[in-house]
Amino acid sequence: MLRTSIDAAQLRKDFPIFAKVMRGNNRLIYLDSGATSQKPRSVLDAERYFYENENAAVHRGSHLLAEEANRAYEGAREVVAQFLGAKSDEIIFTKSATESLNALAYSFGNAKADSRFHLNPGDRIVVSEMEHHANLIPWQQLAKRTGAELAWLSVTAEGRLDLSNISEVINEKTKIVALTHQSNVLGTINPINEIAKYVRARSALFILDACQSVPHIPISVQDLEIDFLAFSGHKALGPTGIGVLWAKSELLDEMEPFLFGGSMIESVTMTDATWAPAPRKFEAGVPNMAQAVGLAAALKYLSQIGMAKIAEHDAELTAYALEKFSSLKGIEIIGPKENVDRGAVISFTTEGIHPHDLGQVLDQYGIAVRTGHHCAWPLMKKYGIAGTTRASFYLYNDFADVDALIDGVGNAQKYFKV
Amino acid sequence: MELDSLYQQVILDHYKNPAHKALIEPYTVQVHHVNPSCGDEITLNLLVKDGLVDAISWDGVGCSISQASTSIMTELVLGKDVKSAFKILDEFTELMQSKGQGKGDEEVLEDAIAFAGVSKFPARIKCALLGWMAFKDAASQSMVKLGEQ
Repeated sequence: MLRTSIDAAQLRKDFPIFAKVMRGNNRLIYLDSGATSQKPRSVLDAERYFYENENAAVHRGSHLLAEEANRAYEGAREVVAQFLGAKSDEIIFTKSATESLNALAYSFGNAKADSRFHLNPGDRIVVSEMEHHANLIPWQQLAKRTGAELAWLSVTAEGRLDLSNISEVINEKTKIVALTHQSNVLGTINPINEIAKYVRARSALFILDACQSVPHIPISVQDLEIDFLAFSGHKALGPTGIGVLWAKSELLDEMEPFLFGGSMIESVTMTDATWAPAPRKFEAGVPNMAQAVGLAAALKYLSQIGMAKIAEHDAELTAYALEKFSSLKGIEIIGPKENVDRGAVISFTTEGIHPHDLGQVLDQYGIAVRTGHHCAWPLMKKYGIAGTTRASFYLYNDFADVDALIDGVGNAQKYFKV
Repeated sequence: MELDSLYQQVILDHYKNPAHKALIEPYTVQVHHVNPSCGDEITLNLLVKDGLVDAISWDGVGCSISQASTSIMTELVLGKDVKSAFKILDEFTELMQSKGQGKGDEEVLEDAIAFAGVSKFPARIKCALLGWMAFKDAASQSMVKLGEQ
């Protein structure tokens, strides 16, 4: 097999950053898309076009620019909705997936006593051991504020969710279940619809952190048995400063806003205010317009290539990398070793070499990986390790990048004489 | 290779065979420091007697830079009065913040001069300082504690 389903070397020409010369006079081998993705020119152009031609505060003003800004921003919402198989008034723009998840936690915390979102002491919030801090701490803190109990699904030695005791973990007191679709550390893709049966049985709310999945695999909220979904633009070729929260309309109608200010109101007096309908209710202040427009350009770029093709490409790279890694000595993969229900993320430890030192050597070859605990500290403690080195692949990576990584790890082993 | 300016032989040696790496008692103060960006951790026991660093020991997990730096630091400060130890610490901190420009005073820093190259790699400065900051904390707490007695 000469190449994957995608001609990545050709495609890299769309991304200006790949022209950069890295340390050691090397080309950029970017294996850190799990942290953030690189941006194609069309995304950068879309942002620039907005600022140069359409910039004005949306949802206010009666001039031409305000109209055009409005059209661009709401058009971006439409693109995101289509990408997720959702309706456009179910799409809320936030500044990040982190904000999307916090927004839910704060909104639920503000819920009135008779609301379905209200938590009483003794109610349960369920997460898992493989959550990113962004889908752990908001719930941990909401539990502390409300007196609710935080419980979690464990992770097995091979890096899968342990579902053997799921009906005890998701018990009758459970009101909220917040899970990651794909672990940013292990690469594991969780069986969401299987878990959803247990969530439904308790009439609980199901929140999906889809940061690692939305950029990589075809996703339709129609097919997922969930109530809320969060993802960030910057991991999906889009700009930083733009995230998305999707929820079913009937839930958004019932939810309390979490940020108050301009744009989100219906009417205001000195002593009271009423809210605009969703999504406006949740978008106080002048939003990140150019970033929303940039995200739309990114999703169009992904759609043009095709998400199924990207998923296929990811799987081919992952299979190739897993096989190559298995021939290296002193390497332990942290996460599923089988290329089944897993994404293009490979975390590993190297005997005798700390991840930070390995990352430093790889950097010398122009290879960018992530090292450390990956904002999943409890998971590291579970596996009894301080951190891992993580290579995460995306549509602009190819087999040559994997080969470079494998060679780089071998060189580091020689350098540190392990 | 640029890498060699970072990983001097003395650093690799201390990484392989760290000094004073096993917690011992008694101690005046025990501190626990972490580097939240990478998860590296260190526990440090410090015994101060008559104004001198009478015993210092540590344990922890971390990269070669943090482990070697802590190891070298313990050798430098052991037996010195706290004031002189703080002078070395200040010199080392200054070297780390020199953005690759500083050479450091070998008279003061001795083996720690090997870390001069680290200041060119911003992501690694915190690694090099982890043990030193733990010592600074422990020594400051010790002085307060002993002053109170």
